[in-house]
Amino acid sequence: MTKKTGFKDTISRIFIGNAVPILFIVLIAFAIPLSGFSTRYLIEEMVTRLGRDSFLVLSLLLPIMAGMGLNFGIVLGAMSGQIGIILVTNWGVTGVSGLFLAMAVSTPLAVLMGWIAGIVLNRAKGREMVTSLILGFFINGVYQLVVLYIMGKIIHITNPALVLSRGYGIRNAIDLKGMRQSLDKLIPLKIGGISIPVATFIFIALLCLFIWWFAKTKLGHDMRAVGQDMGVAEDSGIKVEKTRIIAIILSTVLACYGQIIFLQNIGTLNTYNSHDQTATFAVAALLIGGASVAHASIPNVFIGVILFHLMFVVAPVAGKELMGSAMIGEYFRVFVSYGIIAVSIVLYSWKRLKERERARRSLRGEKES
Amino acid sequence: MNRIRRFVDKAGWPRIIIGLLLLSLFIAAPSVGVRVDQSITDTIVRFGMNGILVLGMIPMVQTGCGLNFGLPLGIIAGLLGATISIELGLTGVAGFAGAIGLAAPFALLLGWGYGKLLNRVKGDEMMIATYVGFSSVSFMCMMWMLLPYRSPKMIWGYGGSGLRTTISLEGFWIHILDNFLAIRIGRNFMFPTGMILFVAFMAWIMWAFFHTKTGTAMTAVGSNPDYARAAGINVDKMRTISVIMSTLYGALGILVYQQSFGFIQLYNGPFFMALPAVAAILIGGASVNKANITNAVIGTILFQGILTMTPSVINSAIQSDLSEVVRIIVSDGMIVYALTRVTRKSR
Repeated sequence: MTKKTGFKDTISRIFIGNAVPILFIVLIAFAIPLSGFSTRYLIEEMVTRLGRDSFLVLSLLLPIMAGMGLNFGIVLGAMSGQIGIILVTNWGVTGVSGLFLAMAVSTPLAVLMGWIAGIVLNRAKGREMVTSLILGFFINGVYQLVVLYIMGKIIHITNPALVLSRGYGIRNAIDLKGMRQSLDKLIPLKIGGISIPVATFIFIALLCLFIWWFAKTKLGHDMRAVGQDMGVAEDSGIKVEKTRIIAIILSTVLACYGQIIFLQNIGTLNTYNSHDQTATFAVAALLIGGASVAHASIPNVFIGVILFHLMFVVAPVAGKELMGSAMIGEYFRVFVSYGIIAVSIVLYSWKRLKERERARRSLRGEKES
Repeated sequence: MNRIRRFVDKAGWPRIIIGLLLLSLFIAAPSVGVRVDQSITDTIVRFGMNGILVLGMIPMVQTGCGLNFGLPLGIIAGLLGATISIELGLTGVAGFAGAIGLAAPFALLLGWGYGKLLNRVKGDEMMIATYVGFSSVSFMCMMWMLLPYRSPKMIWGYGGSGLRTTISLEGFWIHILDNFLAIRIGRNFMFPTGMILFVAFMAWIMWAFFHTKTGTAMTAVGSNPDYARAAGINVDKMRTISVIMSTLYGALGILVYQQSFGFIQLYNGPFFMALPAVAAILIGGASVNKANITNAVIGTILFQGILTMTPSVINSAIQSDLSEVVRIIVSDGMIVYALTRVTRKSR
């Protein structure tokens, strides 16, 4: 290989690798002046949204490490968390203790869900992403069956604020009065009039530390080996299927906590819709941060959450200024969320195909020389 | 005993379970006060409405592109055809034929681009198809507001621009196929002859196509791409053709669906339309890389039968509307099951 083509390859690889964040920075740079939002407002929003979403996005990292791609199955964790919240609200436990109790109650459920997802995904090697996506839809059906028909009938729900007037089933919107921002405001701090959710950030920092530490453990190394090449990992004595199941279980449990943190910030639980977009938005945010299907790091998470939510806040208003209709902006941000996932997966898949070709070519070249 | 086992092997457990469920629902129907003739009519009509969309799954499965989760792309072509036909003021047969004629170029164009895209991402087709579907639907959400449609039948009354979420086909081509040679017996039974004939015609075209040289080559590509390449078949071209066909069937399928349903559903309407079609063909016994017309027909009857019967029978029996939940669990459960089946093909 000559030096010139090598250089060209590097350039194209760098561009393909970072095309997404670059594109977004340009897009947002245009949209912010159009929206007319003040810098202070945007910073305030970003601080809130970093606290709200980072935990969920971080939960995507481990399956990527294990080579299982983007885990759209984090909705399973989100639904487990919501069931925990419903139960805790029913028991009338409020405040931070309620929050932690919800986490404790939903953990076994999330582990079970993660275990199921892990087994299913082990049977669908090579198409984990689409399987995890559809599995999310399927478990959503089961969740609705449980929440809409079984809760109140078989599972005893006493709190009348939770139950539909027909006597069973959970109401569509649940006001989480007792829990609202209980974690965010646990350690009150204001800088320049902007309140900082210190306790939530501590939680997120702890999770980052955990992921950083985990990557250095034996299990973390195994996971990366499985992600590189399942065959080689199996040959070197790593239990591939078990490692993959652990990755998914951890991801699901973390997503469950992430959803609980998300909901305490929002303050209301939309029983049947809160988890709908969890995976899409988390995945889109991670990808906008420059991650790919095979590589994601902690900085990707935070860059992604900031860029994604800047777009999310700015787009409707910019759309209204530009097109005279806020709906356009709304549709635009939904389009961007889906579009970005499509583009990222296409780029990744395309790159992999090209790399395979390149490898084949270099192999052939060596043979000839 | 042996014969039973052979039958079970051939039909597959999911098909048998769902078949038995459907049968028991039909048997239970009279005892809870649901009219069987009405239910049969509904099942037949819904079979006709969804038949072509399900048939559209076959080409892509056959060339190894997997299940077409990108069906909404074809549906969008159909919606464009339908709305432009109304915009031009075409009614009756001319309206429906116009919609088909106008939808076809869009379907060919979109299908061609979609096929080219899928050729670059071999191995990840289904995931990318899903998100191509989602993102094109959300892109069209913006377009439906921005495109310069003028017909007062379609745009919002106030503001004077942007298409409505649902557009009635009353006065255009509502039930144009349903009512063609329709057979009515009593007040509750109706056989939509025209629509069923149309579906049968489209199925015949599909069958005939797969018996041409190109069609055989397509099947070869799906069974063994390396062998096909060695035999001098242009693999990428065959895959593109299959994607174009799937997209075209999606476009025509939605037009047939609309004329029976009576409304055009824009914006988020097509979002999840791929899933019932995918589930139907899987219930019919197809797998991720093998599908035929029998699978599509049986699958559509079984799946639509379940969807028709569960609301009416279960609601009457236990007084609560489980239909939505049953639909989600049956269709998505079926897809997950199919995706986890170990297939011969390994990358």
